[in-house]
Amino acid sequence: MDTRFHSEQPGVAVDVVRPDELDAVEKRLRRWEGTTLRDSLKKQPESRETFVTTSSAPIDRLYTPLDLRGKDPAETLGVPGEFPYTRGIHPTMYRGRLWTMRMFSGYGSAEDTNRRFKYLIDHGETGLSVAFDMPTLYGYDTDEPEAKGEFGTCGVAVSSLRDMEVLFHGIDIGAVSTSMTINSPASVIWAMYLANAEGRGVPWSGLRGTIQNDILKEYQAQKEWIFPPEPSMRLVVDTFEFGSKEVPQWNTISISGYHIREAGATAVQELAFTLANGFEYVRWGIDRGLRIDDFAPRLSFFFNAHNDLFEEVAKYRAARRIWAREMRDTFGAKNPRSWLLRFHSQTAGVSLTAQQPEVNIVRTAVQALAAVLGGTQSLHTNSYDEAYQVPNEKAVRIALRTQQILAHESGVANTVDPLGGSYFVEALTDRMEKEAYDYFDRIQALGGVIPAIRKGFFQQEIANSAYRYQKEIEDKERVIVGVNEFVVDEPSEVEPLRVTKEMLERQVRRIQKLRKDRDAKKHRKALDALAKACEGDANTMPFILDAVRAGATLGEICDVMREVFGVWEEPLLY
Amino acid sequence: MAKKIRVLMAKPGLDGHDRGAKVVARALRDAGMEVIYTGLRQTPEDIVEAAIQEDVDAIGLSSLSGAHMALFPEVVKLLKKRGAGDIVVVAGGIIPDDDVPRLAKAGIKAVFGPGTPLADIVAFFRSAAK
Amino acid sequence: MKIVELVLKGDKRAAGKLISMIEDDDPGATEALAAIYPHTGKAHIVGFTGPPGVGKSSLINRLIREFRVRDRKVGVVAVDPTSPFTGGAVLGDRIRMSDTGTDPGVFIRSMATRGHTGGLGLATFDAVKVLDASGIDLVFVETVGAGQSEIEIASRAHTTVVVQMPQSGDAVQALKAGILEIGDLYVVNKTDLGGADAMSSNLDFMLEERQGWRPPVIQTSALEGTGVKELADAINKHYRYLKGGAGWRRKESDRARKELYESMRRLLAESFADETEGITLEETVGAIVARKTDARAAAKKLLRDLKLPK
Repeated sequence: MDTRFHSEQPGVAVDVVRPDELDAVEKRLRRWEGTTLRDSLKKQPESRETFVTTSSAPIDRLYTPLDLRGKDPAETLGVPGEFPYTRGIHPTMYRGRLWTMRMFSGYGSAEDTNRRFKYLIDHGETGLSVAFDMPTLYGYDTDEPEAKGEFGTCGVAVSSLRDMEVLFHGIDIGAVSTSMTINSPASVIWAMYLANAEGRGVPWSGLRGTIQNDILKEYQAQKEWIFPPEPSMRLVVDTFEFGSKEVPQWNTISISGYHIREAGATAVQELAFTLANGFEYVRWGIDRGLRIDDFAPRLSFFFNAHNDLFEEVAKYRAARRIWAREMRDTFGAKNPRSWLLRFHSQTAGVSLTAQQPEVNIVRTAVQALAAVLGGTQSLHTNSYDEAYQVPNEKAVRIALRTQQILAHESGVANTVDPLGGSYFVEALTDRMEKEAYDYFDRIQALGGVIPAIRKGFFQQEIANSAYRYQKEIEDKERVIVGVNEFVVDEPSEVEPLRVTKEMLERQVRRIQKLRKDRDAKKHRKALDALAKACEGDANTMPFILDAVRAGATLGEICDVMREVFGVWEEPLLY
Repeated sequence: MAKKIRVLMAKPGLDGHDRGAKVVARALRDAGMEVIYTGLRQTPEDIVEAAIQEDVDAIGLSSLSGAHMALFPEVVKLLKKRGAGDIVVVAGGIIPDDDVPRLAKAGIKAVFGPGTPLADIVAFFRSAAK
Repeated sequence: MKIVELVLKGDKRAAGKLISMIEDDDPGATEALAAIYPHTGKAHIVGFTGPPGVGKSSLINRLIREFRVRDRKVGVVAVDPTSPFTGGAVLGDRIRMSDTGTDPGVFIRSMATRGHTGGLGLATFDAVKVLDASGIDLVFVETVGAGQSEIEIASRAHTTVVVQMPQSGDAVQALKAGILEIGDLYVVNKTDLGGADAMSSNLDFMLEERQGWRPPVIQTSALEGTGVKELADAINKHYRYLKGGAGWRRKESDRARKELYESMRRLLAESFADETEGITLEETVGAIVARKTDARAAAKKLLRDLKLPK
């Protein structure tokens, strides 16, 4: 991949400010440094030697037109809705349509989560997002031994098509878009969603939604892997291929930086690793023989919205610019829809504290503001009880209201890319872009994303950043309100949300009934056909669908795949 | 040779969020301890077996997905059964306030929730090893 | 001693505790070691050396599984370096052997070097004795892989396995001096990366027969599980070779001799660590520096007048 920094255009450079005006600015600045600033520092030195972002990146005292010297605003900044999309992927952004308010939800059994979906829709969320429990994420049915103690605690249990039916009961899936956070068994869960739509007479051509399906970041950060990289990538490309033909409005992947960031990465690492993964998916799609413009428009992204507002905004803008450029110039995509980086964001869960949890409402608001100023297409805001449990009703409603305040009361949605042109934001965008390319070079030198995963490169970078961040907190170089400063010793009053024995029993009964009622011969035949498909080159999606229709459970289908593909063993690094 | 404190850091169950466990492991190492990290997806049996073979002074269990009540007390029970009840077990991760006294009753000697300073954790392991 | 009885019965908790006692230089350790020593000598001790990252732990994991299928009891002592700055260590080999977790026929102990240079800890081979005495008949010792670990392990193990992986460029030039002389088995791991054939044939070309044993070169992929059976067979073959001729006795003598010297060195260090002797030592050092005596003469005098610690 040609990773040279493309934005330096030879020839005529039109400065943000004219050269003679720049000289005047420089003169003024030097004078200021020698007089007003110097005098001020003598009276009152700055409170620290270096000021850094949440990612420990240094920030200057003042940014001026000089920081944009040599940059062509028409070229690198451009206009929203046109290459390179720095300012946004639509010309009108939120004036045309607000971002989707999409609250990640799930706990207990399908009934419980269905109730939560309806509650949120009632209160104004505009898209659905499903959180699955640990056993489901790892491809185990609720009644398998590996699932012991893990049912429904951090998401909803979906072991079969029956569960999927209950999960979306009474919800118009033809009208609302659904995002599902599922990775290793994404094809299977998607097949269940599709089979459910089929059963309800909703044509696939009208279905809108996303499956996260981003296996590369699992090896790097979230660790919800099952199979080794190569067969997993095959499954992902199968969904690209299937989706482009059968479910054309579906985003078959949400290439994620959120989890990489949560695991401890810096903003630049989040940016670089996510895009590097993205390019890898594109390569695999092309290697399969797919035309890039047939699948690239349905690649979507998912970023973290962390504390440092300006760093986050710069990150999103740099992401859009890098992706557009690489897709058009390196991968040769012709359709502008292939150049668009569309993303969902979630405020940073890891930043929320157990101490004085109500204060988390403020953190989430600032982080959500960053995402909106950064031009997100869809947003989840965390609830204040994040450090205790999955959200209770009161907490999640406040989180949703936070988005509504931003949308309707704050005024930030009135114009496109409000921070565009800020010397600070533009300089930061440029710097992060350059640092991302440095990472691309390093990854390439290691042989590419998958060899780098095997060498533990990402995992080590992330662990190092995580440790440094923690040390900064320990040394009080970094203040976390309520944790190492402004501490109060009071009990939190978080209302608990519990998974009950009744929920579990109901779920187990449903699986058992499914197993009893299904046609055993059809079931066996479908699983055998799936095994054969996995061993060969065929697209696995139709076989997974058949298995789902024949009543196979998630665990049974994944067991077939485990048998054929094997299981991944991760390299250990600290 | 001076006695070294040996600690087993473990992630029972399916939860793959290992940022905290790894950061604590490093901190304990920096404090002069010998740390064995079991890796992900350990059963209580795996953890207890490792603790016995490694003859650790303490075990740190981490879970962020809510499975702690099902898995952590099991570790304490198995240790006692294997004659290793003197090994100190502590917990960390996402644990609701209500569960803290329940874990204590089940034999977990300390619960380190989010925001606990590393220095406190290190100090606890130091004193527990005596 | 109660703990010795339990160890001899195969009690894992006792074995774990006894290893700690030895590592920590517990007062009862010497007595316990003396009590178990007559019960050692059955285990086949196989050392694994090779640069960090070459896949020793994963390979050992595969071997454990293979030997368990062959119904052997397997022990592993895995050594990792102690940080010279903090005195702590992250012992990260066990995690790669985690799928044998609760198998009663497997015992894995992670140990830190605790300041000892050379790829092994002082207590490493005492730990091996404990496992030997507890009824384990095959013990793998995994070194840190840096420094002179090959030399150290070769003098303490019966069978030394040198693990390498394919490298770019002239592979064999990159091997450390001496490495071609000390291994009994050579493994080229990570064949899944490619380039293994070139490396294997280079190694094979350069290895020579020693005392009737021609070190084989075996290609493995711990990731894919290939070559593991062949390696297990080769380990057994070397054992039979040693037992069938003078090899076993020679190795045992080498081990005993090395351990004897180690023990004497420790006693010397302990002797001169105590107050009176310590002063004597330092005074002697001063005299050497001042050219009042020379090191050889001084050493003779110190040893002649030596008082051993109780």
